[in-house]
Amino acid sequence: MTVAGLIFSNIHDRNIPELTQKRTMASVPFGGRYRLIDFTLSNMVNADIAKVGVITHYNYQSLMDHLGSGKDWDLSRSDGGIKILPPFITAYDNTTSSMQPYSSRLEALIGAYNFISGSKEDYFVLSDCDTVCNIDLKDVIYYHITNHADITMVAKNTYVTKSEAAVSTIVETDENSRITNILHNPTNVEGKVNLCLNIFVLKREYLLSIIFDSLARGYKSFTRDVIMKYKDTNKFITYTKFDGYYASMSSLESYYKCSMDLLDPKVTDSLFGVKNRTIYTKVKNSAPTRYVGASTVKNSLIADGCIIEGTVENSILFRGVKVGKNSVVRNSIIMQDAFIEDNVNLNCVISDKDAVIKSGRYLSGHETHPFCISKGTVI
Amino acid sequence: MFRKKECVAMLLAGGKGSRLYDLTDNTAKPAVSFGAKYRIIDFPLTNCINSGIDTVGVLTQYQPLVLNEYIGNGQPWDLDRNFGGVNILPPYQGKKGADWYKGTANAIYQNMNFIERYDPDYVLILSGDHIYKMDYARMLYEHKRNNADCTISVIEVPLKEASRFGIMSVNDDGSIYKFEEKPKVPDSTKASMGIYIFNRKKLFEYLTEDANDPESSNDFGKNIIPKMLANGERMFAYPFEGYWKDVGTISSLWEANMDLLGEEPVFNLEDPSWKIRSRTATEPPQYIGNTAVIQNSIITEGCEIEGTVINSLISSSVRIEKGAVVKDSVIMSGTLIKEGASVTYSIVDENAVIGKNSVVGADKSTTKNVTVVSAGTVLEDGMSMIPEKTSKKQK
Repeated sequence: MTVAGLIFSNIHDRNIPELTQKRTMASVPFGGRYRLIDFTLSNMVNADIAKVGVITHYNYQSLMDHLGSGKDWDLSRSDGGIKILPPFITAYDNTTSSMQPYSSRLEALIGAYNFISGSKEDYFVLSDCDTVCNIDLKDVIYYHITNHADITMVAKNTYVTKSEAAVSTIVETDENSRITNILHNPTNVEGKVNLCLNIFVLKREYLLSIIFDSLARGYKSFTRDVIMKYKDTNKFITYTKFDGYYASMSSLESYYKCSMDLLDPKVTDSLFGVKNRTIYTKVKNSAPTRYVGASTVKNSLIADGCIIEGTVENSILFRGVKVGKNSVVRNSIIMQDAFIEDNVNLNCVISDKDAVIKSGRYLSGHETHPFCISKGTVI
Repeated sequence: MFRKKECVAMLLAGGKGSRLYDLTDNTAKPAVSFGAKYRIIDFPLTNCINSGIDTVGVLTQYQPLVLNEYIGNGQPWDLDRNFGGVNILPPYQGKKGADWYKGTANAIYQNMNFIERYDPDYVLILSGDHIYKMDYARMLYEHKRNNADCTISVIEVPLKEASRFGIMSVNDDGSIYKFEEKPKVPDSTKASMGIYIFNRKKLFEYLTEDANDPESSNDFGKNIIPKMLANGERMFAYPFEGYWKDVGTISSLWEANMDLLGEEPVFNLEDPSWKIRSRTATEPPQYIGNTAVIQNSIITEGCEIEGTVINSLISSSVRIEKGAVVKDSVIMSGTLIKEGASVTYSIVDENAVIGKNSVVGADKSTTKNVTVVSAGTVLEDGMSMIPEKTSKKQK
């Protein structure tokens, strides 16, 4: 039994336009030193998946830079490894219609047809790139195989708010985990539900047949057209054993909230403290972080390469951030290589990479509407 | 695949480092941790790759396990090459028998066939126990410009410390006319840094001659250099200015670590043009808790700090619980310091556990010796380790 992975890197890009202007959702920085794709990719690697296709369509420069040869995930292999799958346009077929961006998982899958049909692995794990969790995919695959399923969908029994439900897929099941109903972006659901994590396991041949079928019928959406139609077959099951931390990015607000969740040691434990399931990321040679003089740091997550002379509270600092004297950073997310000069005051700010905040600035957003500074801005 | 290399580096990493006591019980000196996320060998390896030298032989002998695993295929230093790259060279059994490396010169002698494969014009000899940033390419340029047979890198040391080093006396043109190993009355303050560039052919001649001399102790400083000088070979000193520290003793290792702290550190790890490379595990960013107090310290990934850290260096995955105080100390990776414990003026090696309310070390003003807690030590709750008991061996 061999398994390959497939990750959709541009999916949900539109949810956080502030951060995906120049990058894919997969390469959105997260948690001090990670990119969102690191979670999905590490989950796959930790389940002994040695071949991963990353479907991408646009803005993928930062993603390619992050993944490199794949060696940081041990995916620099002569057999398998990471395969980046950009849009496939042939010389005789570059008409306007085929150059349209993929708008759904299904169209992306059609684009990756050659990769899937050319693979010799028996099973495929499909996953979105913004699933922040540390899940034992080995167990999911085992569950799929022992139940002789065609499709296994991973769902988590959890509480959702109305606004969360409106951007999610929710599954209703019977006592045998068989699906009775699927709600796609419902507007009036709230409470404890089975939330679809957008992770699926399928047999390769079955996946190919779905793609064929969808092409023939002109289907557009994986969840709406395919999943909904197949739900009645008793070979479509859900895996609901996962009970760790899970988040996905439905808006800038949810990105902010999910980032701040990391300041809870229980959440960090559930993501990073799982034995034998490390979350890998690109390794950079940053120096360790240097605290100068009597800096004050409380309840914060701080990556390497920072130099801190001021105050940092309830915040996440990425690699190489400098915080000057008498500067105060509170409730903020400061991405890589930001330079915060002296006497600056920040509250509820999300600052993208390479920002410079000049001396004396006072910037504040609100928890529900964090103030966003785009990449390379000088304020 | 064969491509000639202009210069091959040979890194002597087999030393026991007996003056580091417990820290080298299970590890060769070059693999001792330094500066929170580095090991000593990162510095010469980084210097090599940053100087454009992509072929490095690492000569190992004493406790090589950690070192071998650490170097691996050389990927963190970009030394995983199809031809060249980093090669670990332990002693081996040859046709005529098996020998341990008897001295620094003998170690290179036994690996002449390794050097020969790359057909280099020059051989750079390095040692694995110094902390410094140096562009070997500039030294090589000087070596070629002087048309030298051997160039020795030297650094100015205070006169009163000169008798601890190999001292060079140098003419105005930089040529060496006298070399003395640890002289009682030094003539000069130019100390050898243990970094040599040789013309390969000359080096091989002298190594072969030296190997056939049963009286020789097969050492560069004691045998090869004096002999070359006596024979009137062209030998030059290459003056190095900048930070250079021998970390062969507990106190110098502690000092070198402390040199990384402060607003303008004596030794800067953050120079973007000279990034220090190292092999690191992927750990989440450090978490600094609500009760933490951090002053003038260096902390790295994977740590969880709830206690007080003052003037200290904390390596990866160290946990310092609420109420614990770490001051003037170096804590190596994986160590746990429990509630209320106090660690002062100490070096705590990897994976140690300091129990609740334990006391390790004493204030710098009251003791001469740095307290050393060896790897994997478990100090029970309330136990203490004060300098008189723990560091008798240090002198």
